[in-house]
Amino acid sequence: MKSIKFVLAGILFGIIMSKSEAISWYRIQEMFRFQSFHMYGLMGTAVVAGSIAVFIIKKFNINDYTGKLIVFQDKEKSFLRYIIGGTIFGLGWALTGACPGPMFVNVGYGYFGMLIVIFGALVGTYLYGVVKDKLPH
Amino acid sequence: MLELLKQPWPWYTSGAAIAFILVLLLYFGKSFGVSSNLRTICTIAGAGKKVKFFDFDWKTQKWNLLFIFGAVLGGVISSTLLKSDQPLQLSAATIADLKGIGIAFDGNLNPSQLYSFDAILSIKGLLILLIGGVLVGFGARYAGGCTSGHAISGLTNMQVPSLIAVIGFFIGGLATTYLILPQLF
Repeated sequence: MKSIKFVLAGILFGIIMSKSEAISWYRIQEMFRFQSFHMYGLMGTAVVAGSIAVFIIKKFNINDYTGKLIVFQDKEKSFLRYIIGGTIFGLGWALTGACPGPMFVNVGYGYFGMLIVIFGALVGTYLYGVVKDKLPH
Repeated sequence: MLELLKQPWPWYTSGAAIAFILVLLLYFGKSFGVSSNLRTICTIAGAGKKVKFFDFDWKTQKWNLLFIFGAVLGGVISSTLLKSDQPLQLSAATIADLKGIGIAFDGNLNPSQLYSFDAILSIKGLLILLIGGVLVGFGARYAGGCTSGHAISGLTNMQVPSLIAVIGFFIGGLATTYLILPQLF
């Protein structure tokens, strides 16, 4: 049960991403062309509902299932790394139609070309690790 | 019930379900973020011996690998048991715009011009997917997270850095959509 719950959560995530069509290259194009509310509604609902949940968890000091207080880590304060890194990410996102979660879901769906995208993403991650200290953060 | 689940899910159901995943992982004592798995896989492959960034105890991230393993299985279930028999309902404007830049809408989730075996075995197709992947992987680590880590975990925790990252996602996405894609097909 210790590990299986994460697999089950992942299965649910994979089904949600597939059935909402968020793993679709076409839907991502539709989003970047502002021609449908679908992806905005999806992310908007997730963020609003999630924010309420996070607010309640903080307000009432709710514990996780082991009894430990749920803590939230603040992201490191900076501007450059987020705007530059985010832009590079976005360039690839619109090209492949997949961010990291949907890459994996798509492989399961039968789009084996996503394995190339995942391989590329691993190479990109490795390259970042190599040049990290030379980049503005 | 199965018939209902087979239909494409509306955005409000799906959005609420994603918030549920966020809360579920918090309850399990973890934080929702998929792209860190890419770093973990590099570490397992031995990258930590050469590059300090990858020198960490990957076992602390085992749960996240199980999560993406589940995500793959979720994809399998969606394309078999829960497969919808209707074509994707893409907006007419997008279909027309894509046609204008030489990309056909075929009713599937992803265009065959990018993801069919013919496409991925061509030099051009292979390079598009490979370079796209490199950009996503590099950018996600540089920005310290992807759509799940920033747009969901970060924004729900009112993190300004995540908002900056999401703005970056859009600058890059719009640049590819309007400047790069029209040159490729």
